[in-house]
Amino acid sequence: MFEIGLGHYLTLGAVIFTIGVVGIFLNRKNIIVILMSIELILLSVNINLVSFSIFINDLSGQIFTLFILTVAAAEAAIGLAIIVVYYRNAGTIRVEEIDKLKG
Amino acid sequence: MNIDFNLILPEIFLSLSIMSLLMIGVFKKNSSNLVFNLSILTLFILAALILNLSSLNKILIFNSSYVIDDVANFMKILTAISAIFVLSISTDFLKSLKIYQIEYPILILCSILGMMVMISSNDLIVFYIGLELQSLALYVLAAFNRDNVLSSESGLKYFVLSALSSGLLLYGCSLIYGFTGSTNFNEIANNTNQVPYGLTFGIVFILVGLAFKISAVPFHMWAPDVYQGSPTSVTLFFALVPKIAATCVFIRFLYVPFVNMIEQWQMIIIFISIASMIFGAVAAIGQKNLKRLIAYSSIGHMGYSLAGIATGSSEGAQSSIIYITIYVIMNLALFCCLFMLKRNNAYFENIEDLSGLSKNHPILSLSLLVILFSLAGIPPLAGFFAKFYIFMAVIEQSMFFLAIIGLLSTVVAAFYYLRIIKIIYFDPSKEKYDSNHSLRLRISLIVSTIFLVFYFTYPNSLLGIISKINII
Repeated sequence: MFEIGLGHYLTLGAVIFTIGVVGIFLNRKNIIVILMSIELILLSVNINLVSFSIFINDLSGQIFTLFILTVAAAEAAIGLAIIVVYYRNAGTIRVEEIDKLKG
Repeated sequence: MNIDFNLILPEIFLSLSIMSLLMIGVFKKNSSNLVFNLSILTLFILAALILNLSSLNKILIFNSSYVIDDVANFMKILTAISAIFVLSISTDFLKSLKIYQIEYPILILCSILGMMVMISSNDLIVFYIGLELQSLALYVLAAFNRDNVLSSESGLKYFVLSALSSGLLLYGCSLIYGFTGSTNFNEIANNTNQVPYGLTFGIVFILVGLAFKISAVPFHMWAPDVYQGSPTSVTLFFALVPKIAATCVFIRFLYVPFVNMIEQWQMIIIFISIASMIFGAVAAIGQKNLKRLIAYSSIGHMGYSLAGIATGSSEGAQSSIIYITIYVIMNLALFCCLFMLKRNNAYFENIEDLSGLSKNHPILSLSLLVILFSLAGIPPLAGFFAKFYIFMAVIEQSMFFLAIIGLLSTVVAAFYYLRIIKIIYFDPSKEKYDSNHSLRLRISLIVSTIFLVFYFTYPNSLLGIISKINII
């Protein structure tokens, strides 16, 4: 019988993580997409932690996941606030136009 | 389980004062002056409370997830004292930018609380919470001048890159947890006798995340933009305080949980260190903005402090603690001078604004001369001793290649420091700057410059404290 093991969960986590990292660097359009990519990275970490926690029979991984979820929410809130502030000053949130600081 | 809460009294005191200061700031009108002074007082009491603990030996509390030892106490006191200086010299600048608000000192206190937790952490979860508490406050600080497009852009850039680095670091943490079965640093060290591939990946991800935080090459790209864009007082904070905590965390990670895996991390740290030293020296040459130049020079300085850590020896870690201490004092003095370049309520931050400074402001130029020589590492100033200890530790481990590259990049870096001195002393002079600086600013500049000049008479004072610190 085909059974889902630790390796499958880790692969899923790695794939989501890669999508998140690539999404930050390839995206040229909208800064909101970057915010979503950061969320993806954090969620892939959560998948990793929960599956490890189950397969090695140790609870602290799941506790770690709860902390990460909380912090991710705070981070998204602050990120959105900074994006709003930036939009009011610059009038755009297109990634390729964020280039006032160069040297 | 009984916990002696006196051991975490500094952290409890700091968090309670943050909450009460926030209440004072919200319910009392026009209280920014009061809140500023009270936060400086809070930091003084904090330093005293930590000093009170420093006679104790190494103690583990909260299921050994929190450690109180000599390294932690020294780094915490250094953090608190440098934050006192940062807060007290930035008031005039904040007033002239019209961002003298209660949130500013409270955010700084929040990030310091995060750093305290980071410095003392002995567990991946505690470390992550401390790191995020620090970063969340720093994101807001970078964008603090919210009507300025440059400040909000620097906040945005810092947010995106720092969140990415936290993500990488967390992925590393999850791999470490999975392959060693614990989040506790000591247990991780016990379970790393054989090294599966997953563990190596975990170390690499964690090192990448930490290198982002101290802006070491190749993860430095945020530093120049953020330093230039954010208000100068925030740049001062960024250049000083988070580096102390990040260096301590670097030492803690490499010397406690990964101590058995030195073959895995030593080459990575050596590479990062060499790349930072060379890049910091070369890229700073063409800069016109002083804050941007300080960013590149701090990248270089982080390279030197990593060189000490890369040795893997106790002396190496001690030498990088000394390096970071002297680096903090040098940068504090440099920023004091930057705050003095003020004319009619406007601050100047380009290198050409320094042109001919010596004719109108001989004392300011003399102290700039001392500071820049010290940054370049010219004897007998303190900056020379900092580099000297690092190279001694590196050569003792017979890592001659690292030492030679370090010395060569010191020579290259001396070029741009000397160029600024040439501009100050030999270029045509400009209009006079204001000379009615606040007492706090003058005292900070005098104290830090005197330290840099006279360090060589009592080098044992700092060395004696730090050589007592047991790292391993």
